[in-house]
Amino acid sequence: MKESTLWVWHIIAGVVIFVLLGIHMFIMHLDDILVALGIGYHDPISASSVFARSKQAFYMVTYIVLLGAALYHGLYGLRNILFELSLPKAGEKIVNWLFALGGLALFVYGTYVAIAIFTSV
Amino acid sequence: MAEEKKFKKNKLGLAGWFAGGRYGAERYAYILHRISGLGILFYFILHIFVTGSRIGGPEEWESTISTFKTPVFKFGEFLVFLAFAYHALNGLRLVLAELGFGLGKPTRPVFPYVNSIRRQRPLFIAVMIVAALIMVFGGADFYLLGN
Repeated sequence: MKESTLWVWHIIAGVVIFVLLGIHMFIMHLDDILVALGIGYHDPISASSVFARSKQAFYMVTYIVLLGAALYHGLYGLRNILFELSLPKAGEKIVNWLFALGGLALFVYGTYVAIAIFTSV
Repeated sequence: MAEEKKFKKNKLGLAGWFAGGRYGAERYAYILHRISGLGILFYFILHIFVTGSRIGGPEEWESTISTFKTPVFKFGEFLVFLAFAYHALNGLRLVLAELGFGLGKPTRPVFPYVNSIRRQRPLFIAVMIVAALIMVFGGADFYLLGN
């Protein structure tokens, strides 16, 4: 794929993460402030909160989208940093394959977890 | 067939992040953007496995997160939150600049020159104020409010 195409996807993924991770951080870490404003709930990482979210279609879908976008954005960013250090050609090839396969493996694992818990009774 | 090198070799390497010349605020923003990005990526990959442990059911989830309910991990999470606030808001500035928003039309170079720094500096200051506010709210939520 053309390098400029990968860069455009990096930016698109960044915008997607900006929205979804913004929501995620408000729910997980600004929970007490949201409760004070009357729109959030306490203890977002307790088992009951976690499983209640995991069983909603909205969260299942956005978890998978955020997982894919964040993996692409993060690994492409690290690839950029590594390539800037003037790697030999073989090194660039290794990084490409390692990141593509590693990212795909993490995406498959995370997606499996999100779907398995959403569909379990 | 000898392949021709398109670019000069990067001789400074990682040292170039810090020791490449006389830097302006945006250059330090860039260094911090990379460092915060690397930190977030490291956390995120571990985060996939930690949150994946909920596949074992509520009891396993509770036992997993009880491991991380210590002051050290809490501070680590707070650092990740700070990195998130910085990286998100600085990234917003980078996307806006990349797409050409807020840079103005090209003009003739007549004194006093309107260079890209003059155009972009106000946006940089604005996003940093928002990032600082989010960090303050996050700090309050982590350490003052609730449990």
